[in-house]
Amino acid sequence: MSGKPLVLLENVVKTYVMGDVEVHAMRGVSLSVEQGEFTAIMGASGSGKSTLMNIVGCLDRPTAGSYFLDGEEVSRLSTEKLAEVRNRTIGFVFQSFNLLARTDALENVELPLLYSGVGTAERHRRAAESLAKVGLADRAHHHPNQMSGGQQQRVAIARALVTHPRMILADEPTGNLDSRTSVEVMALFQDLGRAGITVVLVTHEPDIAQYASRVVVMRDGKVLSDMSQVPRAAQVPPPEPGAEGQTA
Amino acid sequence: MSWLQTLRVAVRALTRNKLRSFLTTLGMVIGVSAVIAMVAIGDGAKARVEAAFAAMGSNMLIVLPGTTTSGGAMGGFGSMPTLTWDDLKAIQTEIPTVRAAAAQLRVTAQVMSEDQNWTTAVFGTTPEYFQIRTWPAEHGELFTQADVDGGTKVAAIGKTVADKLFGANANPVGQLIRVKNIPFVVTSVLSKKGQSQWGQDYDDILIVPVSTFQQKIQGGLKNVIAGSIAVSATGPETTARAETQIRGLLRDRHRLAQGTDDDFSIRNLSEIASAQQEGTRTLTTLLAAIAAVSLLVGGIGIMNIMLVSVTERTREIGLRMAVGAKPSDILLQFLVEALTLAVMGGLIGVALGLAGAWRLATSFGWEVLYRPDVIVVAVVFSGLVGVIFGLYPAHKASRLDPIQALRFE
Repeated sequence: MSGKPLVLLENVVKTYVMGDVEVHAMRGVSLSVEQGEFTAIMGASGSGKSTLMNIVGCLDRPTAGSYFLDGEEVSRLSTEKLAEVRNRTIGFVFQSFNLLARTDALENVELPLLYSGVGTAERHRRAAESLAKVGLADRAHHHPNQMSGGQQQRVAIARALVTHPRMILADEPTGNLDSRTSVEVMALFQDLGRAGITVVLVTHEPDIAQYASRVVVMRDGKVLSDMSQVPRAAQVPPPEPGAEGQTA
Repeated sequence: MSWLQTLRVAVRALTRNKLRSFLTTLGMVIGVSAVIAMVAIGDGAKARVEAAFAAMGSNMLIVLPGTTTSGGAMGGFGSMPTLTWDDLKAIQTEIPTVRAAAAQLRVTAQVMSEDQNWTTAVFGTTPEYFQIRTWPAEHGELFTQADVDGGTKVAAIGKTVADKLFGANANPVGQLIRVKNIPFVVTSVLSKKGQSQWGQDYDDILIVPVSTFQQKIQGGLKNVIAGSIAVSATGPETTARAETQIRGLLRDRHRLAQGTDDDFSIRNLSEIASAQQEGTRTLTTLLAAIAAVSLLVGGIGIMNIMLVSVTERTREIGLRMAVGAKPSDILLQFLVEALTLAVMGGLIGVALGLAGAWRLATSFGWEVLYRPDVIVVAVVFSGLVGVIFGLYPAHKASRLDPIQALRFE
């Protein structure tokens, strides 16, 4: 990818005050992510990867340093403005899916559009389109408790995609999934990368990080290593047990 | 997010927990329905009091002649005829706040139709009397000044007298009746007025021209009024002034020195009426206080449940924020939820209150009055309660940190 990076962090510091103790969650992180890149962020708990994720996702603001998202300095924006930026630019996928209970898949997917002022008809159309993209067109009116974990996570991905974001942020998206459905989800993310959508994935599983084209490892609030790699292609294994296709 | 969309989301959230939503609104329902029912009953009672006073006569004063004292025994008002016909004329012509005045002479006598008899109050008066008491005829024509001048033997009879002498629903106009054996032609039946505050039947009456009354029924002195004078003032606000002016005029005419007692007395009936209305007003204030307390309790119930709801839905709030809900969107959503709960409670309360009042009216014969303004105020007030008590939970929700909220278990 060429041109200006989608994500550009410059010497970002994040310090929390917990009681009397200062917690240095990020001690000067500089990172740039290009458009369409599939980046995995790894690290042990307490390494600062969640904080990095929150800042990249505009859920939190750095204590010092700058963050340019798509060329715009967002680190000093107000809470209201950050909500707009998230709505417009970023799609979130969480470990625990975070779907609204007793609400069907279509409405769950529509949720972000509620906050961007899209009309009802257009909302339905785009939500249905987004569900079709993740292969769940026929599950539009199923409630989360009528779906498997993999299906639920795909609904969550459809929800993240419905605003046509520039970037998907996935926080341990396979943490609650079995290996087979994990691969399905990774395959979806690889497709998104090919479509020019940047994917940033936080995980502590090396297996999962293999599917990314770049792995950033965090430790003690700093970037320990940052390497590009040839991603492992996510091929959904056929249902027969033991048969696992693998291509480099 | 649009208002309609916010409302839809709120309704969805509330219907997800139907029983809880219903129980939450119960406080509002009970409070509002009690108020609506009590106001309807209170207004009904007030209307009945007002109707009773209106039947008595509007803005009415009664001037009674004075007392006589013989051997230390006070005779009481009316025992000495001190009011003259000239006094009446002076009251009619010299006091601008007086709309009309009429002498009313009264005896109790037996009256007879062809085949029935009845003892009733027989009044002698002038046509102004009907105006003072706003008392139109139901059948026939009221007698006029010409009848008074000519001393004709005509009578206007009340509904009760008509029923007793001629049977219910008869039209006795043109029939002959005898009062103290003197024949009178019934020229009119007066419209029904019902009972006074004290249970006296207004319709148990027979009214004849005052001249005829004096000549044929009462006899006695001609230049003094052997009865009282009924006066109606020009309006409710001039009644007290009319009273003062009549008192001054009569003291003047009777040449009463300063410091001596009046040789007459004036009763202001509208004062009694306003005392009654003061009572109803106190009742209304009490009702408003009960309403305020019940709405307060209802509001606290709503606040309580909204706080529980915010805690329960912390993750949902975090998710909504993550996907682009601004704090103001969250604030509005929870506020609209509280508002919807409160207004639903208010509306159900209004319906129940009206039904309750209607039930009381039909099964116990209570008089009730439904006032649309009270209903509107009740609903608006419930909404206000929803907003006031919903504000804190909604504010709390809007201040959540999405990162913390998403991690909330």
